[in-house]
Amino acid sequence: MDEPELDRRLTAIWSTPAGVWGTLSTVDHKTIGRRYIVTAFIFLALGGMLALAMRLQLSQPEARFIGPDRYNQIFTMHGTNMMFLFAVPVMEAVAVYLVPLMVGTRNIAFPRLNAFSYWIYLAGGMLLWIAFAVDAGPDAGWFAYVPLSGPEYAAGKRADIWAQMITFTEVSALAVAVEIVVTVFKQRAPGMSLDRIPLFVWSMLVTSFLVILAMPAIMIASTALILDRLVGTHFFNPAEGGDVLLWQHLFWFFGHPEVYIIFLPAVGMVSTIVATFTRRPVFGYLAMVMALIATGVLAFGLWVHHMFVAGLPRLGESFFTASSMVIAIPAGLQIFCWLATMWAGRPVFKTPFLFVIGFVVIFVIGGLTGVMVASVPFDTQVHDTYFVVAHFHYVLVGGAVFPLLGAIYYWFPKMTGRMMSETLGRWIFSLIFTGFNLTFFPMHILGLQGMPRRIYTYQPEMPWSGVNMFISLSAVILAAGFLLFFIDVIRSAKSGSAAPANPWGASTLEWATASPPPSYNFGRLPVVGSLEPLSDNPETLPVATGLSVNRRELVVTSLVEALPQARESSPGNSIWPLWSALATTAMLIWSIFTPWAVVWGSIPVAITLVGWFWPKGVPEDDS
Amino acid sequence: MRESVVYDLTNLPPHGLGTASLTWWGTLAFMLIEGTGFALSIVVYLYLMSLTPQWPLNAPPPDLLAGTVLTVLLVASLLPNILIARWAREQDLPKVRIGLIVMSLFGAAPLTPRFFEFSAMHIKWDQNAYGSIVWVMLGLHTTHILTDLIETLVLTCLMFSRHGDNPRRFGDVSDNAMYWNFVVATWLPMYVCLYWAPRL
Repeated sequence: MDEPELDRRLTAIWSTPAGVWGTLSTVDHKTIGRRYIVTAFIFLALGGMLALAMRLQLSQPEARFIGPDRYNQIFTMHGTNMMFLFAVPVMEAVAVYLVPLMVGTRNIAFPRLNAFSYWIYLAGGMLLWIAFAVDAGPDAGWFAYVPLSGPEYAAGKRADIWAQMITFTEVSALAVAVEIVVTVFKQRAPGMSLDRIPLFVWSMLVTSFLVILAMPAIMIASTALILDRLVGTHFFNPAEGGDVLLWQHLFWFFGHPEVYIIFLPAVGMVSTIVATFTRRPVFGYLAMVMALIATGVLAFGLWVHHMFVAGLPRLGESFFTASSMVIAIPAGLQIFCWLATMWAGRPVFKTPFLFVIGFVVIFVIGGLTGVMVASVPFDTQVHDTYFVVAHFHYVLVGGAVFPLLGAIYYWFPKMTGRMMSETLGRWIFSLIFTGFNLTFFPMHILGLQGMPRRIYTYQPEMPWSGVNMFISLSAVILAAGFLLFFIDVIRSAKSGSAAPANPWGASTLEWATASPPPSYNFGRLPVVGSLEPLSDNPETLPVATGLSVNRRELVVTSLVEALPQARESSPGNSIWPLWSALATTAMLIWSIFTPWAVVWGSIPVAITLVGWFWPKGVPEDDS
Repeated sequence: MRESVVYDLTNLPPHGLGTASLTWWGTLAFMLIEGTGFALSIVVYLYLMSLTPQWPLNAPPPDLLAGTVLTVLLVASLLPNILIARWAREQDLPKVRIGLIVMSLFGAAPLTPRFFEFSAMHIKWDQNAYGSIVWVMLGLHTTHILTDLIETLVLTCLMFSRHGDNPRRFGDVSDNAMYWNFVVATWLPMYVCLYWAPRL
């Protein structure tokens, strides 16, 4: 059949219904991905405001803007929000949108689970922020060490709210990780063998395995904390055979892989942008993939890195020092591959590429201080000072937020069909890069001068006043950059110039479909013959035909060679994921107050899950 | 850009079986997540055990009867489970229906000895860390038995409904059998840990 007829038939079966019903029942990965991204950036903005409040309080000694209790909530909220509600979810969100397109399929695997994961994420974020708004925000730090967060020192419900928010966000993250793994393993376009998978997709695959293996640790830790607080267990009570270090082991077994859960997607973004704006594939594809996998493996050998001052056996410290340093090797290898690509290519300095350059500069600085704090003697000196604050902001902002902003400029045209402003982009990059370095580099100095982190004020006699004021003023520049970014996003989404299907002349499959993509992604699935399918023959795209135009259908391919194995139905729109998320939310929040909530609350959860899974008698279910 | 048809998918089967099924991989991924959780709970048990010269804390070793009965039941359930997985692959609806009833019974049967296991531990969850970890481990595994039992019951209803005779449903039955294998497999190291480690 001809193109218009194909489009009409496919749109009829794949599209999301208009109106509220469609909004609530959609299973389109692009709609859900966009929703996730927007929500994550709202949390970023909220967390940024908290940071400004902290900087205002610290700009002068003995300031009165924020009292100590509220300050404790604010730094806890800032860290928790950025790590659990922004950084991990936004990376998974970008993957939800892009991975199916980049592997050449029509939807993510388990699209109803995808819808569920978004609602659960939203509920967890709202729980945390509503609690903060009513002065019940957590205040024991973003990693909630016991005994500070235990029943003796954290009476009331603040720590329980934090711990339950963990359950929400980890359920969501694990669900998305499963979807990504199965989409990459089994839904790649015919011909996209393992050595033809885009580097961004490889990054998300490794990241998803990190999520699957690391996040159960934080769920067990937070569940044990809830049980200690609610029903009198003794996991962390040394007087009854428990151990406070148990929390730290479980938390950091999750927490250091989390750094890579945030960093590796950014690595994939960088690779994609470098390839496109140098007009050549990234140097050393195989080495890049092996570095990604090595980083994922080594991420699990580092957790005690965060506990060097906790009094551990010397031999253990030596092992963790060595593994902390070893991880610099795959990271360094990737840096050199990107530099080699840039050196040999013809860089085009568009905004996405500027953010990549910013990433390289800032991340390398963070990496250098990372090697410093990997050393036990040095870390003993700077632990819990502003040196560490500077280090991890260089690593996380440089290593994740800069590539993310570059990725937004890069893929925004695909997601919305409109270009962002190149002029504003350069201003935004300049403000954010300058503001970031002026804000966080001086913190290394403060840390070496001994300023502790997490203090709400300091005495005028300490030699910290001038640097703190400088930092606070610089934070305004950084904030201005982000404000301008949000303005550019909103303005461009409304009235940016129209984006063609492939505005950058890129070579990955998402650029083979329209901007924005239709609900079915590809009218006929692309067939892949190399690592750069759109560069093989710029005028003609090889495709596969034969999928149904009467039901939602995609192709399942084999793991290694991506040979077609079966056609498979993709579930249609359903309201049940929302009901399941609401039932789960009710159960989890209720369980903050009584353990019986788990017993009675699981009944509506079970009912909604049966409603979800029961066949609806539509072609996708029964043919 | 112009499209060039190089592949025709029309003759592929409309649903994959085994490793060609998306839900098979989804089940495997969830087993990996939950397996990590079980492994970590055993690590916590061994970690707490390593901190003290005496283990169990302020309690005798658990009685063996209930735990051993449960273990025997779970291992015995593997035979009908293997059969139902085979019948599902063969898409033999009458046998699958019988198999699901049998597996529903085998899913429910362990709950009785499980109930007695809690008291066989001779300690409550709020007495000390030993009590806390053993109750949580038993509770964690009970959650998995209940989850699989409910899914088996739903599948039983489904296979007796008009939706039953469908390759997709047979795939669901097969995946559910795979998951039950996992529930049994995760119990064995926990049994060794809970019942025999305190006797070392």
